[in-house]
Amino acid sequence: MQKLKYERPYIKKLNAGIMNKFGTRTDAQAFTHIDGVAVKSVIAQYGSPVFVLSEKQIRRNYRSAYRAFSTRYPKVQFAWSYKTNYLNAVCNIFHQEGSWAEVVSGFEYRKAIGNGVPGNKIIFNGPNKPKEDLLLAIENDSLIHIDHFEELNLLISLSENLVMKPRVAIRVNMDTGVYPLWDRFGFNYENGEAWTALTKIVNSGKLQLVGLHCHIGTYMLSTNAYGIATTKMCDLAMRCKNQLKQTIEYLDLGGGFPSTNTLKGAYLPGTDTVPSADDFAEVITTTLLNFGFTNDDLPLLILESGRMLIDDAGYLLGSVVANKRLGDGKRAMVVDFGVNLLFTSFWYEHQISPAQDFTPHVENMTVYGPLCMNIDVIRESVNLPLINPGEHVVVHKVGAYNMTQWMQFITERPAVVLIDEQQQSHIIRTSETLNYIEEPESTPPHLK
Amino acid sequence: MKIKKNIATSENGFIFNPATGDSFSGNAIATDIIGAMKNGDSEAVIKQSILDKYEVTPEQLNRDWDDWIIQLKEANLLEFE
Repeated sequence: MQKLKYERPYIKKLNAGIMNKFGTRTDAQAFTHIDGVAVKSVIAQYGSPVFVLSEKQIRRNYRSAYRAFSTRYPKVQFAWSYKTNYLNAVCNIFHQEGSWAEVVSGFEYRKAIGNGVPGNKIIFNGPNKPKEDLLLAIENDSLIHIDHFEELNLLISLSENLVMKPRVAIRVNMDTGVYPLWDRFGFNYENGEAWTALTKIVNSGKLQLVGLHCHIGTYMLSTNAYGIATTKMCDLAMRCKNQLKQTIEYLDLGGGFPSTNTLKGAYLPGTDTVPSADDFAEVITTTLLNFGFTNDDLPLLILESGRMLIDDAGYLLGSVVANKRLGDGKRAMVVDFGVNLLFTSFWYEHQISPAQDFTPHVENMTVYGPLCMNIDVIRESVNLPLINPGEHVVVHKVGAYNMTQWMQFITERPAVVLIDEQQQSHIIRTSETLNYIEEPESTPPHLK
Repeated sequence: MKIKKNIATSENGFIFNPATGDSFSGNAIATDIIGAMKNGDSEAVIKQSILDKYEVTPEQLNRDWDDWIIQLKEANLLEFE
């Protein structure tokens, strides 16, 4: 006789009271496969925990976002935000789809060059661009987005002895009705600083002013803010043309579009509240088309979206280490991945699914990571079925930032696997080893 | 370790304590165990029947047994001994 699937014995007190309109329902089914590849087989092959990325979903996200903008506006260009996920395999998927590269450091800049991105298709952003990085970007004819006057002055002085004029834009910050204002990057629109910078660039005669850039925030839930930003950018572009006799070739509206993850403290899930790419595209392109540019003068629209294009293509697979009961009787589950790998668990209520069949009984529990640190909490309160130690869980929508902001702490960082469109899995970053981590260390002779 | 005599249970996992008015729902295995405990079966006998019926190691069952007893104590379903 085949034995029944075991689940630890569990009773739950029934409380009469006000109904919870969200209920206690958890996933209806186990999440056993990603793009046709079994979660169990991925863990057996690459270990636990392990990050998994779906190439199919990445391409689907890109195409859908590109379609949202390109069906509304004639000149659209996406630039992949390297800091969101700069694993070379991921970057190259976006480059294959037609994305340029958007980088914010010399390290990322060199990664983009290494990925074969032509220099003139690299956008160099960020508040810290050392002299040698700027010289490299000038040499490669990249688009340099100036963040502050120090950088502007440095660029002018570097250009004194150059034949070619560096192609530059300025980053503009502004009030878009979303607070707190992101005014730490770039030059302010309202107080006239942006205009002063633009005038200085044109008057220097040493730099080619080709664009304007803004990036008004992150995980923006208001499409209206983009309408305001686009209007202000168009106004600057028009003034450049009329007063400085300088045509602005492109407007870079940055990124900041949200994924469908649920923010901590949100009343409704992200899937119900987040505007779609079409919603953002509608506001931005309508503003651009109605501003008064002639057809020939319409600027190229550049977008640097990261999170929206990759978050839901990433999964973190892990295993349950232990179940325990806290002092107040609440359940807790310890899993083998911590906040050092899942940085976004600090601001998202990540969906966690069992990777094997389960019964309808759910318990409210806290999900802890394996780090010996009190802050290592993946979910403070989540209703999950009873999952036995050794069984697996899948965390959803982890593709953005986790694989760049992750931290090596206490253990090695795990492997990253890409499932291609033919349902084949490829390792795109091996799990780290002790040797890899110790390689840059050196011990003075008296301590050996 | 005995379940209070006046505790009422049903086959589909409903548990009722008439002394306090508290009611509980349990999963299938909890229902099996409460039934056996009410029957007066010993811990060893109950554990063996679970091992025969479910896919579980004795080690895992022993760990979960300790937690089970805590749940019963918290729910005030155990007879004082």
